[in-house]
Amino acid sequence: MRQRKSGAQIVWESMLHEGVDVVFGLPGGATLPIYDALAKYHYPIRHVLVTHEQGAAHMADGYARASGRVGVCLATSGPGATNLVTGLATAFMDSSPVVAITGQVSTALLGRDGFQEADMQGVSLPVTKHNYLITKIQDLPDALKEAFYIARTGRPGPVVVDIAKDVQQAEMELEYPTSVNLPGYDPALSAADPKAIARAARLINDAERPVIIAGQGVLIAKATAELRQLVEKANIPVATSLLGIGTLPATHPLSMGMGGMHGEAYTNYAIQECDILVAIGSRLDDRLTGAFSSFAPKARIIHIDLDPAEVGKTMTIDTPVIGDALLTLRELIPLVEPKKHPDWLAQIAEWRGDTDRRDVLAREADELVPPFIMRELWYQTDEGNCIVVTDVGQHQMWEAQYFPHIHPRSLITSGGLGTMGFALPAAIGAQMSRPDEEVWVVAGDGGFQMTMPELSTVVAEELPIKIAIINNGYLGMVRQWQDIFYEQRYAGTPLFNPDFVKIADAYCIPAVTVSHKEDVDGAIQQARAHKGPFLINFKVDPFTNVYPMVAPGRSNADMIRRPLPDMPNAEEA
Amino acid sequence: MEHTMIAWMEDKPGVLNRVSSLFRRRNFNIESLTVGHTEKAGISRMTFVVNGDERELTQVQTQLFKLINVTAVQDVTYQPTVVRELVLIKVRATGANRAEILQLAEIYRASIVDVSLDCLVIQITGPEDRVDSLIKLLENFGILEMVRTGRVAMVRGNGYHPEPTHNGIA
Repeated sequence: MRQRKSGAQIVWESMLHEGVDVVFGLPGGATLPIYDALAKYHYPIRHVLVTHEQGAAHMADGYARASGRVGVCLATSGPGATNLVTGLATAFMDSSPVVAITGQVSTALLGRDGFQEADMQGVSLPVTKHNYLITKIQDLPDALKEAFYIARTGRPGPVVVDIAKDVQQAEMELEYPTSVNLPGYDPALSAADPKAIARAARLINDAERPVIIAGQGVLIAKATAELRQLVEKANIPVATSLLGIGTLPATHPLSMGMGGMHGEAYTNYAIQECDILVAIGSRLDDRLTGAFSSFAPKARIIHIDLDPAEVGKTMTIDTPVIGDALLTLRELIPLVEPKKHPDWLAQIAEWRGDTDRRDVLAREADELVPPFIMRELWYQTDEGNCIVVTDVGQHQMWEAQYFPHIHPRSLITSGGLGTMGFALPAAIGAQMSRPDEEVWVVAGDGGFQMTMPELSTVVAEELPIKIAIINNGYLGMVRQWQDIFYEQRYAGTPLFNPDFVKIADAYCIPAVTVSHKEDVDGAIQQARAHKGPFLINFKVDPFTNVYPMVAPGRSNADMIRRPLPDMPNAEEA
Repeated sequence: MEHTMIAWMEDKPGVLNRVSSLFRRRNFNIESLTVGHTEKAGISRMTFVVNGDERELTQVQTQLFKLINVTAVQDVTYQPTVVRELVLIKVRATGANRAEILQLAEIYRASIVDVSLDCLVIQITGPEDRVDSLIKLLENFGILEMVRTGRVAMVRGNGYHPEPTHNGIA
């Protein structure tokens, strides 16, 4: 059915057609027509006003990561649009489906450095999957249709649609397109080449010391059940990347947790000693692999990935298996023989025993250390029955180590780009896409302050988000590197913090400060019992470091270990 | 090593920018790049020469194919191809050596496309080694100005694969 619509109305019409229920945005001169048209669409679509456009992009990203659906953000031209860039780059690195609509100056001003003009197509080009600049209303419906299609299909990613203001004001007969015409883009999912799958199966069947590395691709492909089938059939221990956390329940006997720079030592030993390594839906990035040249040196590597550009990008791969993880695993599993691998699993158990003896929580200590908070949070939330949204830094690694995630999409974190300030806005998006879930922000005192004004969005939208600030008075991870590699010269890392309880109070959010171990449980219970948002300011020991640690550019076998109980300090292993 | 690749892409504004931005960002070592229309309306064809090891050459193809507007990429290095470049050379030609230059042009089947009192513009089309050898000879007379189009290539016989393949490598 054709109806005469303005460009601004077409923007909202596209959202109705694409099933969008929330848009995160902040209006400005070049999006006024879009905002004016919002009134007619206000019921099916909720507009969430943010305090800074970076927050809008992270919210759309958090919405997408928690639900798998496309998250949408909306910003005006110039600074509004460029403020989105950090959020777009974050979503791009972590393959998150986001559509960003930006206003652009009128076509008459375009290219003449008009007020609030920025070349958003050029600026966003390297941090988006695709982008559009719309200068003719006739191109708008197809561009919007394609943007949503490109964002959510294949390997997901962010797409920008930059719309000139006069296009928003122009009118046309709208018939929303039902298909796309993209000759260079075919995201149809298929299993990998049967020959490659057969070769992978042969290698797995012949393996004596196999290891699987599961990445976020397993979650995106919805292949967690298939991963578990494969793992249990052939008794293959699994390490995950940071974003792969939740692909196999952390409590599963074959789960080794996260590998890499801050992976557990036994996990990294297993990776370094394995003879067959099967990477599934992982970019094998440097934080996971350590020095590429010394990664899994005894292994032949099978790399299953949808994106051929990821296979062989960082290292040579013996057996590339290009295909959708779900469909490929379904073909692979019947070809894999049941195996027990008793010697290999016993070896890993021995390494694990050593790791367990070094557990931070096994040490009798009075000071409040973050791993303790992570574990208590897990217990108090009915064994992790919640979504945790972490920021970036030490607390993020402690969370990954000490909060055993059981469910897919229960951890939301900026892995690839490592964007501080991500947690609070991403949690807002996550809470809006899964309103019935308990959502916890776990953030450092540095990162939290980067996007702290979004507390007003939490309050305005009446979101019951619980916030745990791991407050050590430093940009902790940078301080840790200064501690280890720069002879304790703490340049630029001590923080001058506000009183976070008073900050929360200014937003009418109840808050407490916790400085002692014995108060942790009570505070978490208080936060959970409160119907609305709640903030806990955990004042922790400022000089606790995250171990194990692989120094940048070193082999994963070269870890700085946690100390044994009778040793005072971390040791070089 | 040096590879010749052909990429087909939608003829839309900004596509060349996407390709060059990708080359820059991924640190690909591009020796030459030529774009033009094809037999198909709306599709442009780029011939480019890239230097790199096997990993880099595979990355060039797979990353390029990921661009939404790129429809196919083909490495033609190991296929029988017709490779040509067009070059315009403005060479100093005074009365004394003019005849010699004209003779050279004839030997190389190059044509004289502009004549003035003190210089000639020579046009040569051919594979790069032939072009290079003429340039080397003309340097003795003084080259005032030169422009090269860069390499264009076409696979001989029926080696044309404009359709996208599964992983982008035709």
